[in-house]
Amino acid sequence: MIRVIRRRLAFALPVLIATSIGMFLLGAASPIDPAKQYAGAAAFTMSEENLRQIRENWGVDDPLPVQYARWLGNLLQGDLGWSTSRHQAVTEVIAARAGWTLLLIGITLVVVLAGSLLVGTLAAYRRGGLLDRGVRTVAYAVESMPVFWLALAAIAVFALGLGWFPAGGLTDVRATSTSFGDVAHHLVLPVTVLAISQAPWFVLFVRDSVAESLREDHVLAARARGLAGRTVLFGHALRTGLLPFLTLIGTHLPELVGGSVLVETVFSLPGLGAVSVQAALGSDFPLLAAITLITTAVVLTANLLTDLAYTAADPRVRIDG
Amino acid sequence: MLRLLGTAAVALLALTACSAPATPGSTSAGGAIVVATSGEPDTLNPILGYGSDGAALIFDGLVARDAENNLIPALAAELPAVSADGRTVTAKLRTGVTFHDGGPLTADDVVFTYTSVLDPAVDSTLRSDLDMLTGVTATDPSTVVFTLKYAYAPFLQRLTLGIVPAKALSGQDVNKSGFNQKPVGTGPYQVTSWTPGDRLVLAANDTWWGGKPANSGVIVAFVADDNVRAQRARSGEFDAVELAPKLATGFAGFTVHKVPTADYRGVMLPMNDPVTGDVTIRKALNAAVDRQAMVTGVLAGAGEPAYGPVPPTSPFHVATQPAPVNLDEAGWVAGADGIRAKNGQRAEFTLMYPATDSLRKELALAVTADAKKAGIEVKPEGLTWDAIEPRMKNDALIMGWGTPYDPDFVSYKLFGGQFAGQGFFNPGSYRSEVVDKALQAGRDNADPAERKTAYATFQQQLAADAPWVFLTYLQHTYAVRDDLAGVTPRVEAHEHDVANSLWWNVHTWTRK
Repeated sequence: MIRVIRRRLAFALPVLIATSIGMFLLGAASPIDPAKQYAGAAAFTMSEENLRQIRENWGVDDPLPVQYARWLGNLLQGDLGWSTSRHQAVTEVIAARAGWTLLLIGITLVVVLAGSLLVGTLAAYRRGGLLDRGVRTVAYAVESMPVFWLALAAIAVFALGLGWFPAGGLTDVRATSTSFGDVAHHLVLPVTVLAISQAPWFVLFVRDSVAESLREDHVLAARARGLAGRTVLFGHALRTGLLPFLTLIGTHLPELVGGSVLVETVFSLPGLGAVSVQAALGSDFPLLAAITLITTAVVLTANLLTDLAYTAADPRVRIDG
Repeated sequence: MLRLLGTAAVALLALTACSAPATPGSTSAGGAIVVATSGEPDTLNPILGYGSDGAALIFDGLVARDAENNLIPALAAELPAVSADGRTVTAKLRTGVTFHDGGPLTADDVVFTYTSVLDPAVDSTLRSDLDMLTGVTATDPSTVVFTLKYAYAPFLQRLTLGIVPAKALSGQDVNKSGFNQKPVGTGPYQVTSWTPGDRLVLAANDTWWGGKPANSGVIVAFVADDNVRAQRARSGEFDAVELAPKLATGFAGFTVHKVPTADYRGVMLPMNDPVTGDVTIRKALNAAVDRQAMVTGVLAGAGEPAYGPVPPTSPFHVATQPAPVNLDEAGWVAGADGIRAKNGQRAEFTLMYPATDSLRKELALAVTADAKKAGIEVKPEGLTWDAIEPRMKNDALIMGWGTPYDPDFVSYKLFGGQFAGQGFFNPGSYRSEVVDKALQAGRDNADPAERKTAYATFQQQLAADAPWVFLTYLQHTYAVRDDLAGVTPRVEAHEHDVANSLWWNVHTWTRK
């Protein structure tokens, strides 16, 4: 196990370096001037000299290798650099926002996993039945809906129409503190929308793989031995069907992150979503690089955890082969 | 393994819940007024560009503007005195003014603020606005003297810049100071908390020199998306909200304010192009565009026709009317397809607009349709600003700008011959000696009557040369809850956000 982790870490480092270099190259290919982005409308009345001075202060006109070396040097000293689009240290920008994005993604993941396991398994158990056909129809329909559309529809129905939930924000706009209940109330709609938008993949996958394993010999044998339906379903069929499910979670994580960007924007949540868009539009290399690296690291870690869980769940699997 | 995932998720939740940025408690926030805007500042430091046009809520300048945009003394005891040669400006400070942290305001704070803007090491976006300033000195604790390179008539208009306490910033890197997120000013409100991407919470400064604010505080919610802002306002979260004109309908319990602005949109016509370089074509276009139809159709009524860069609300405004021209007589004769040509040159040109700006796109399409009726073919092209910039010298562009404060501010650089072809200043390379002289006279002369004559000449010459086809002045649209009293719209500039919007005087707003 330790060897696996060590090998993965050795592999992760080159991936992270390659990602960050790619990020800088893509950023350099963009024609956007960060100083003009920072100045906003004032850019139109500012002298070229004024803009040049700001660019010089930031060193954004330096050759790309110089900028990269400076960024890497700072990183090694634990400094993520200076965000030109937010005019704040990158660590401060991320510290203020990453928690909310993790919270959104974390709860959504739990909801999606629990929900899709339950619904998928039930659909598989009564495959061909009303529930099964209904679930599949809805899943295909939802899969074709853009997440921002779902979000706006949810606001129209549940916030404006019924008035059950707030239409956006993290807390009540007048709240003087960040209380648990208030945040929870505000997160219901975003989490539900994000979970529903991600659910079809998982539900259909669970349904198919459980349906398949219900036909496998050992499950049929268990049935033949007269074991109760529930024991067969959860003890035998689900267990075999679930192993590939772990892989799906790992590979699907980037999409969840992508979806959260849109959901955060529609529900005006102060997470990393809006700020990443701002960083990209403002050619803010340090902030963009940091967010990209963190996302890559999260995905790599998730993949590692998935594989570790896989080995734990099925001793026959040897990923260190 | 499910249990493993569950545990991880719970741990994650616990972790994030602990690190959640908590807003410090404030007992008065219940009665606060909630306003919502799309633009969030990236800094709250006036030196770096926050609220440079005054009304910054958190800060005061030496001078401020009243409901008619007239200058009134603020931190200065009276309007600063300008010397006879116009190159020395002396400001006497109001006595007894304190910052939010209790420290007294002195001339050193004013000197620090302005010298920081001039310091090349500071990332200020205002430095070129103060091109004329050579030095600021404190002659005694309550007197500040500004020395100018040349006489600059509208200089007092530049003194709306918020004053920061030197004590809080001197000896630090102004660009990276924590002050930029949690500033200290002298204004009617002090910052309680700023959660970037969410909201700015301000509490009333009960010891403000201008009198105790009429409400307990202001919360500025930042909601970038137009539709989301409108929906959240409908659900009752906001007291006042900035809206796109077409979204400002069906608000029960709200009054919609359409606020006049100096924010114009027009077509910049480059002199280098063989078609737009021809004055008869430019004048024909100027007469052909149906401005009223654009106001009704494109702006949903929230605007008014524009004929020049000085808004009708300005005392310097002169009305000009585009006269129809006879293109046939000028040699531009219609061909088989209805498009005119002269000496083998077809009357056609490209009109660029920023692709993401739907308003400018619709204006470009309206111009295209109107021009076609006059026998001129316009080819609209939506691009990014970075693609537009290198082409501005040769292709027409839908531009927008405008300030109600002084005609010198934008027009000097936008139409001055010495700025021809310099970035966004005068991209079409328009040159007119009459205009150059008039703009210089308006800048040099302190006498209001002479300035008025100068800017009248400027506007008439501009109408004769038509280097731009001015289309519309926008109105900025806001919805305000009916139970609020004290709302006083005033003419707005192109920019409007936390500081400079309908809520410029929010410290006087009360609930009925």
